[in-house]
Amino acid sequence: MKHGKLLAIASLVAVLGAAPGAFAQKKYDTGASDTEIKIGQTMPYSGPASAYGTIGRIEAAYFKMINEQGGINGRKLNLISLDDGYSPPKTVEATRRLVEQEQVLFDFQPLGTAPNSAIHKYMNAKKVPQLFVATGATKWGDPKHFPWTMGWQPSYQTEGKIYAKDILASHPNAKIAVLYQNDDYGKDLLKGLKEGLGAKASMIVKEASFEVTDPSIDSQILSLKDSGADVFVNIATPKFAALAIRKVYDSGWRPVHYLNNVALSIGSVLKPAGLEKSKGLITVAYLKDATDPEWANDPAMNEYKAFLKKWYPEGNVADSSNVYGYSAAMTLVQVLKQCGDNLTRENIMKQAASLKHLQLPLARPGIEVNTAPDDFFPFEALQLARFDGERWVAYGKVIE
Amino acid sequence: MDTFIAQCLSGLATGGIYASLALALVMIHQATRLVNFAQGELAMFSTYIAWSLIQAGLPYWAAFFATLAVSFAAGIVIERVVLRPVQGASPLAMVVVFIGLLVILNSVAGWIYSYTVRPFPSPFPSEPLLGQHYISSHDLGAIGVTLAMLLAIYAFFRFTPLGLAMRAAAQNPESARLAGIRVGWMRALGWGLACAIGAVAGMMVAPIVFLDPNMMAGVLLYAFAAALLGGIDNPFGAVFGGFFVGVLENLLGAYVIGQELKLTVALVVIVAVLVVKPAGLFGRAMVRRV
Repeated sequence: MKHGKLLAIASLVAVLGAAPGAFAQKKYDTGASDTEIKIGQTMPYSGPASAYGTIGRIEAAYFKMINEQGGINGRKLNLISLDDGYSPPKTVEATRRLVEQEQVLFDFQPLGTAPNSAIHKYMNAKKVPQLFVATGATKWGDPKHFPWTMGWQPSYQTEGKIYAKDILASHPNAKIAVLYQNDDYGKDLLKGLKEGLGAKASMIVKEASFEVTDPSIDSQILSLKDSGADVFVNIATPKFAALAIRKVYDSGWRPVHYLNNVALSIGSVLKPAGLEKSKGLITVAYLKDATDPEWANDPAMNEYKAFLKKWYPEGNVADSSNVYGYSAAMTLVQVLKQCGDNLTRENIMKQAASLKHLQLPLARPGIEVNTAPDDFFPFEALQLARFDGERWVAYGKVIE
Repeated sequence: MDTFIAQCLSGLATGGIYASLALALVMIHQATRLVNFAQGELAMFSTYIAWSLIQAGLPYWAAFFATLAVSFAAGIVIERVVLRPVQGASPLAMVVVFIGLLVILNSVAGWIYSYTVRPFPSPFPSEPLLGQHYISSHDLGAIGVTLAMLLAIYAFFRFTPLGLAMRAAAQNPESARLAGIRVGWMRALGWGLACAIGAVAGMMVAPIVFLDPNMMAGVLLYAFAAALLGGIDNPFGAVFGGFFVGVLENLLGAYVIGQELKLTVALVVIVAVLVVKPAGLFGRAMVRRV
């Protein structure tokens, strides 16, 4: 009797212990099989935002490398990346094709705020994950109303709030001038800044906006300078940020200059603007910049550069979008590894929402990816850094 | 007051950008009676050629003139290969061809050179002249180059037999042909010259707005406004239009309507000119006997 009971317990333990291997049924939704995981994507390979197309290309290259190395749990990643020209109607068409004809398991890193807004409801109605969308709008982190959509990069509002915190702490009596791109992204960041300033939002003495079609933003800078502000927040995409940095300096204005994260690339923003003119700029960073000498001997950075050389030789090392795509692809690989053999859409969202202390190799030290069922913001911490004429020097603690 | 002066001068500087591209538009219009939507992208592409030559180690001025020669030749080739076959097609068909060229050139430039913003060297000193900080030496130099180009174009059409032949070929192809002018080659030559002018414009604009495949997209719209305002068959008018639009949008943007509506100024100018005085301020109205 005693013996039999022991045996029973032992066999129970054995069964339980072996459970994941022996009993876990392979579970699949459309788009997944024993050999393949089908992934959809829309990217602006043509049109006004085509500079970001490299994100899709480097992700495809990364998946190719993973496949050569045997795939994930034996399954190959099949990324079907379609061009939407950054035009929302085309995004809808391409996404419907991906979901209904190609029958992908999920949509990974579709790019752009407007394109993603256009498919936001569709994806959630169809219950197909719209995973790690490549835009910093704040609305992607709303699991209550849109449980099938998740962002990836820090939201623009988070970024704005961090600038506000730093301004309040180090320049409490400042007069602030803001230059912002007149679209969702610019307005979102400005909103974060204002919310961060809270009752002291009146510190902003002048705002000026620009359109991406403007050939020059000199006039805006002159108006901002005229306001007598001593803190300047530069909310602009790379080219316009560089124009602004140069004009601010050339016009003889020397404010404390906050430069938004999307434009922190030394190679493609600060160099064109002039390194001397960029001295003293402040930004927040979460990824490493490949052109920053700070990481010249960083093993992770060297591995990345070797990857570029072998798998994506046409990719530009100076382009920070490549670091972005590489890191996003790594995040996805982690999620798919966690999914194991349960490749249902539900499990994908579940695993994406349970990333804990994931330190990506190209994220700055101490900045981790963390998600939870009620927290759909993978990156929430940012590091303040100041440009010393050669590299970004981190200062202060990582701010959440 | 200080800001007002700065706004005016910075308007003149951007106006110079519009004026230089507007000149290329006038050139091609003089030669073919068509408005070339791909003019901006052609100029951008020429600038990339100059950039590649400079990267390859050529001194600035060598690269400058080599680019002019290459652009001139490329313009002729494009006319012969792309436009010749659709010669005489409806204006709508021509517009489609031009837009096709625009998209192709833009994508090819992006494909070859990537979309990263690049600095482009200026032949002028980097320190502002006379210690003022209103306008940079390059802005002044670029305005000077635009004015020099203007005089050259004016003299070409006014005083050279070739310029006269070109005007004749555009205005009245049949009579010109009867008078012994090779109309087809005049068109091709016009394309070559327009591309060379565009190349100068591109190389003057790139140090200001940085070099990237989309650098001319915004400029072209303003150049249209400038050319239409001055009269698209009048180089002086086009240059005046460029400076006028540049200063106008700066002053209106800064003091009257706010920066959000700056682009609207250009569009309003285009529509207003077309409605009120289609020939432009200095253009001659075309009268055709039927």
